[in-house]
Amino acid sequence: MNRFAELLDRLAYEPGRNNKLRLLQGYFREVGDPDRGYALAALTGALSFKHAKPALIRDLIAARTDEVLFGLSYDYVGDLSETVALMWPKASMAAHNNPPPPTLTEVVTTLRTLGKSELPKQLERWLDELDETGRWALLKLVTGAMRIGISARLAKTAAAALGGKDPHEVELIWPGLAPPYLDLFAWLEGRAEKPVNRDPAPFRPVMLAHAIEDSDFASLDPADYIAEWKWDGIRVQAVAGRDDHGHITARLYSRTGEDITGSFPDLVPSLRLPGAIDGELLILREGRVQSFNVLQQRLNRKIVSPKLIKEFPIHLRAYDLLGDDENDLRELPFADRRERLETFIAKLGDPRIDLSPTVPFASWDALTAARADPASAGAGEDADAVEGVMLKRRDAPYLPGRPKGQWWKWKRDPHIIDAVLMYAQRGHGKRSSYYSDYTFGVWTESENGDELVPVGKAYFGFTDEELLQIDRFVRRNTTEKFGPVRHVVHEADKGLVLEVAFEGLQRSPRHKSGVAMRFPRISRLRWDKPPREADRLETLEKMLKADESLPTIKVAASADGH
Amino acid sequence: MRPQDILLPTADGLCCKPGGFHIDPVRPVERALITHGHSDHARAGHGAVLATQETLDMMRLRYGENFAGSTQVISYGEEIRLGEVKVKFHPAGHVLGSAQIAVTCKDTCIVASGDYKDAPDPTCVPFELVPCDVFITEATFGLPVFRHGDASDEVKKLLASVALFPERAHLVGAYSLGKAQRVIALLRKAGYDAPIYLHGAMEKITEYYQSRGIDLGELRPVMGMKKAALAGTITLAPPSATSDIWARRFPDPVTAFASGWMRVRARARQGGVELPLVISDHADWAGLTATIAATGAGEIWVTHGQEDALVHWCKTQGLRARPLDLVGYGEEEESEPPAPGEGEA
Repeated sequence: MNRFAELLDRLAYEPGRNNKLRLLQGYFREVGDPDRGYALAALTGALSFKHAKPALIRDLIAARTDEVLFGLSYDYVGDLSETVALMWPKASMAAHNNPPPPTLTEVVTTLRTLGKSELPKQLERWLDELDETGRWALLKLVTGAMRIGISARLAKTAAAALGGKDPHEVELIWPGLAPPYLDLFAWLEGRAEKPVNRDPAPFRPVMLAHAIEDSDFASLDPADYIAEWKWDGIRVQAVAGRDDHGHITARLYSRTGEDITGSFPDLVPSLRLPGAIDGELLILREGRVQSFNVLQQRLNRKIVSPKLIKEFPIHLRAYDLLGDDENDLRELPFADRRERLETFIAKLGDPRIDLSPTVPFASWDALTAARADPASAGAGEDADAVEGVMLKRRDAPYLPGRPKGQWWKWKRDPHIIDAVLMYAQRGHGKRSSYYSDYTFGVWTESENGDELVPVGKAYFGFTDEELLQIDRFVRRNTTEKFGPVRHVVHEADKGLVLEVAFEGLQRSPRHKSGVAMRFPRISRLRWDKPPREADRLETLEKMLKADESLPTIKVAASADGH
Repeated sequence: MRPQDILLPTADGLCCKPGGFHIDPVRPVERALITHGHSDHARAGHGAVLATQETLDMMRLRYGENFAGSTQVISYGEEIRLGEVKVKFHPAGHVLGSAQIAVTCKDTCIVASGDYKDAPDPTCVPFELVPCDVFITEATFGLPVFRHGDASDEVKKLLASVALFPERAHLVGAYSLGKAQRVIALLRKAGYDAPIYLHGAMEKITEYYQSRGIDLGELRPVMGMKKAALAGTITLAPPSATSDIWARRFPDPVTAFASGWMRVRARARQGGVELPLVISDHADWAGLTATIAATGAGEIWVTHGQEDALVHWCKTQGLRARPLDLVGYGEEEESEPPAPGEGEA
């Protein structure tokens, strides 16, 4: 447990993905079975036991320490598990026989079977046996609050690297595996055959698209491609299969292979036919696709209540078929899979699952027009939920990852405004010596004349060279410092104008400006522009109204040359 | 005689009227007794200064020859009469030359311990327990959450990271006086014998440590090194430098920080630290409470830090205790150019 705690501790401080991978790999290499398997389970969220309530932890510490000292300490540290881990006074060791600290395996297997009434005594024993970091990890684990900034995918990638395998291979067999993954590690270390996935409804690694650039079109032939709408929903894989008894098992996976079936029980009855659909999860009300903002309200809910299901009826819009009953279709060209998909969806005949229509086009100009006005190009009333078009090569097999030249996404043009840099903050990790987080604002009228009001924050979109330039500007033009934040000069004729691109706007009472941006990033530095010429809040308000009312998508007039 | 007639907190620092001196005064005074060389305790501009040889040398290094009107050396264990009181210096185990000052007037003995630690440190004389009537203690880490553990385990953590990331540079933030040299000595003790690199701000003081016979192995200035050549190396720098432009000369640096504050995650994260090393030159909670009890003092005065918790603890032990409101100690500044004398912890 102490070694696992050390890993968690280090991961929690490490900002870089590759370095996190290295730490994980080092752990998997160094630690034997079954501990590393339970660690993998803990990191991928595959462990299940009843979590301890914070009140129980408070009772434990209250019995051991002075109330005032605990209060002062908790105030200072600000986190219950950490406070308890740090100040836990060990019971006098004379009474014990200095038992060795528990292993992770011991903790996990004990927690699985332990009765509720036995938990406090057991926790107390473990807390006595572990060191500070071990106690912290234990408390995070038992309270179910293990947020350490790594995804299940990253943990699997690290495990795969142990055997020089592609993480997709691990994803493929993952649904059939269970902690402590002895068969997985045996295979990764070349001691055994690859575990066979006996899961009736396994996940298939997804195929992703590249963003298309204007310059790409010259080398592409429209005849080679099929176009579809790009829906502003959630990419999912809906899989159904028969188990050994012939019963249907249905599962819904996120694009990273996480099982999200539990969040969408209302879709499960519709997955009656064995097969694997690649599609977009949407909310449909009276046959009309709702915006992403609406869908968002259905996500990340702990409890999926009947009310939620009724108010946010889920829908699957299918665009690919990876498996049809027992047949793996992934080697087939996309055009053939599309035909199979159409037959499959027709046979299924379910109101919750429909076909994502193709967008007919003969030339790039025709597609440009369709993309500019999806409503009249077939998307009709659903045009609101279209965020661009997808281009898929007719002859492309279904390949995991982001293979070149097969699939393209051609998003609608983002909104763009010119804003003024107001505050800057240092970044993290590699960027900790750079001012790389920027708060920017636009002009608005106030009692004291025009003033800048912050409208968003962005910390990417610029090149490394631009980062250096902005960093230099921030250091030379700081007017005040508040802790880590620098107040950067922003007056009518002194300051830096940033061109900010973003995907959409929402009303937000939390922001002083009343609007919040989706996905803002710095698209250009406008050294040429004096701050007084930056945009005004009224411009954003107009965009917001357009976003809310227009059934079609606004496209900047100058952007499309094809 | 009441203790407060012997030593009294004033705006200038702790004042001894019957002896005619101040201890660690924060403003220029006629006669100052200095516990140790950190800039929040040892300031320039006093009339006469009484301190250990090392403390005086460090002040000279930092402030130049004329840092005081006159100086007088006192050794550990030596007793000097000043006015109506006797003073005696005892090792505090904090940094090289650090001392506790015992002030005795008639039959009352007060020990002003300055900053101290009861943990082993290869770079200075260990803390000496001095029985007394009134013990003046710091409270930098005066909360039960502060437990410092064995510093050599933290150094092992650093070395494990160097082994795991041989292509990255390890940049260890450490206060220039004391902490940096202790970390180097611990690295040597752990068997690390490669050259260790130094930020310019800690070269002078580290050389001074070496001149006092403390073996720190091969040290090199980091200035002028090629980026690629710093892969796999360890460099010590003042904490403020690790997040500054200066840090860009290192290949994908792992930022470490050796400090007692690193025990608390939020504190470590705030500073963008990736590898917190819990190494402190102050006593932790267990050290503070054990020391207070062992002095046998019936009255405890608590200065700079988490006074509330420590005063509360003293009272639960049946000791008279009060916070001494002294200002100007233990303050950390986030200074932009790495200053040689940032607040120390």
